[in-house]
Amino acid sequence: MTQKDMSYSAVMARKNEIMKSSMGIDYEDFIESPIAFDYEKMMAETGYTMEDIYRIQHETKVGNTPLYELRNLTEMVRKTCAPGKGARILVKDEAANASGSFKARRAAVSAYTALRLGYKGVVAATSGNYGAGVASQAAQRGLKCIVVQEVYDSRGVGQPEIIEKGRACEAYGAEVIKLTVGPELFYMQLRTLEETGFFNASLYTPFAIRGVESLGAEIGDQVRSRYGKAPDAVVITHAGGGNLTGTARGLIYAGCESTRIVACSVDLSGLHMASDHDFNRKSFTTGHTGFGVPFAVWPDRVDVPRNAARSLRYMDEYQLVTQGEVFYITELLTKVEGLERGPAGNISLTAAVTLARQMDKDQIVVVQETEYTGAGKHHNSQLSFARENGIEVRRGDPRESIPGKSIIIPEHLDQVLGRVQDIDRLRREYLANAAKQLPVAQWTENDINFLAADVKKDPAWVRANLPA
Amino acid sequence: MNKVPKGTWVEIEWVVLKPEERAKALPEDTKKVPYVMRVSGFLTEDAEIGQTVSIRTIIGRIHSGKLTTVNPSYSHSFGKVVPELLTIGTEAEK
Repeated sequence: MTQKDMSYSAVMARKNEIMKSSMGIDYEDFIESPIAFDYEKMMAETGYTMEDIYRIQHETKVGNTPLYELRNLTEMVRKTCAPGKGARILVKDEAANASGSFKARRAAVSAYTALRLGYKGVVAATSGNYGAGVASQAAQRGLKCIVVQEVYDSRGVGQPEIIEKGRACEAYGAEVIKLTVGPELFYMQLRTLEETGFFNASLYTPFAIRGVESLGAEIGDQVRSRYGKAPDAVVITHAGGGNLTGTARGLIYAGCESTRIVACSVDLSGLHMASDHDFNRKSFTTGHTGFGVPFAVWPDRVDVPRNAARSLRYMDEYQLVTQGEVFYITELLTKVEGLERGPAGNISLTAAVTLARQMDKDQIVVVQETEYTGAGKHHNSQLSFARENGIEVRRGDPRESIPGKSIIIPEHLDQVLGRVQDIDRLRREYLANAAKQLPVAQWTENDINFLAADVKKDPAWVRANLPA
Repeated sequence: MNKVPKGTWVEIEWVVLKPEERAKALPEDTKKVPYVMRVSGFLTEDAEIGQTVSIRTIIGRIHSGKLTTVNPSYSHSFGKVVPELLTIGTEAEK
């Protein structure tokens, strides 16, 4: 038997065959050109109805989470805005899912599918809550689980939040492969899939994204039954795009086509995501612009041939917030609403404060997730670690903060303002990336239609904004 | 050196890619350092710290690498108090 070449380039060259045998999906069935593919056909071929997804998730302690009205916070926001303004703020308490975050929804459908297709185990590459989600779901389905995780810088120092996420994976019985900083995480994932023959529980398969649809559908149904109308806006923390895509699709399923879909990320501009030095200078390991922007402008940069998470397809608006603003809101949620939750889950809550202030009093803005908190994941852990790593932490105007250098926690709620990211610029960047796949001169009618749908615009807009 | 008995829960480390074997297009600081992996499991034979050993992970897979830690444990915490947070949402700030 000849030994396989395990070098970086050799493993990456085997990417397509490894992917194909680890997923039970042949992407060739959907691909129409280097740009276009039949997105809805790909989503439908999971074979699951929404009822199936509810059933799968309820079997393993996922879904049907509470929707709370944040009355005290809403009142506080109303004191900082014009008369007649100040929408009701609701929050979907996703921390109530097994493993403590909405990621369990993605993991539930992936683990179920892996078992149904006869795989002995699942592999996920993630440093986020998804690892714990997959581990918890695999444990319930009797599958083995491996989580491939970026944990340490070259000094062996790890963000407390990531350390905690790794611990949670091990607590649920997973083998955790802990790696230093670098994009070679994908290489390790491929190696592990090849060695084990396990299922690729990627965050970006149609199974994973269909799993989030139940979250949007539950929000639509809960708001309608309690308030007699659809939510006016839903704010969604945005990183890889799955949370936004799945939630928006679920809202549409529940008949909430007019609900405004607002993305929100923590602004970490200036920090390089693959930098060994910058790794421990950020206080958010997900939900930030280091993922949110690149994934919006080119979703197919992932571990599957075509990404089922396509945020610009559903996004109406994109809000940015600072780290300090999120920490402030996290503490406020604890103190005035009696809900102690993890900061990463409160990114969208921070943007909701800004939105509520601009919206009318009789309107409803829904924050669609929370996450569990605890040692390592607590905002105090994050700030204490930041301070130990030379980051300045103080109260003041958050607009003065510089990612990687300072975290400025607002002194008052009226300093929680966030800022809007120009989404048309992202759409044009997306088109420029598409042009790298296929020169504009070769774009067909079908490609233009696909791109238009993929950025939530019409074909005329695409034609008017063709990359140079 | 103290012998670590077979069956002990340990952590091993190994260099997956040397700096020159890593992906292209890395930032300068990342390019200079190796890509390192750590994993925990039960030691398959008696060994000493620093030796190349094999372990059986919690799901039964075998990995080999340098033995670094006996009974690896977690010490992450809530951190030192951050006084800037304490008064948020209290009477003191109303």
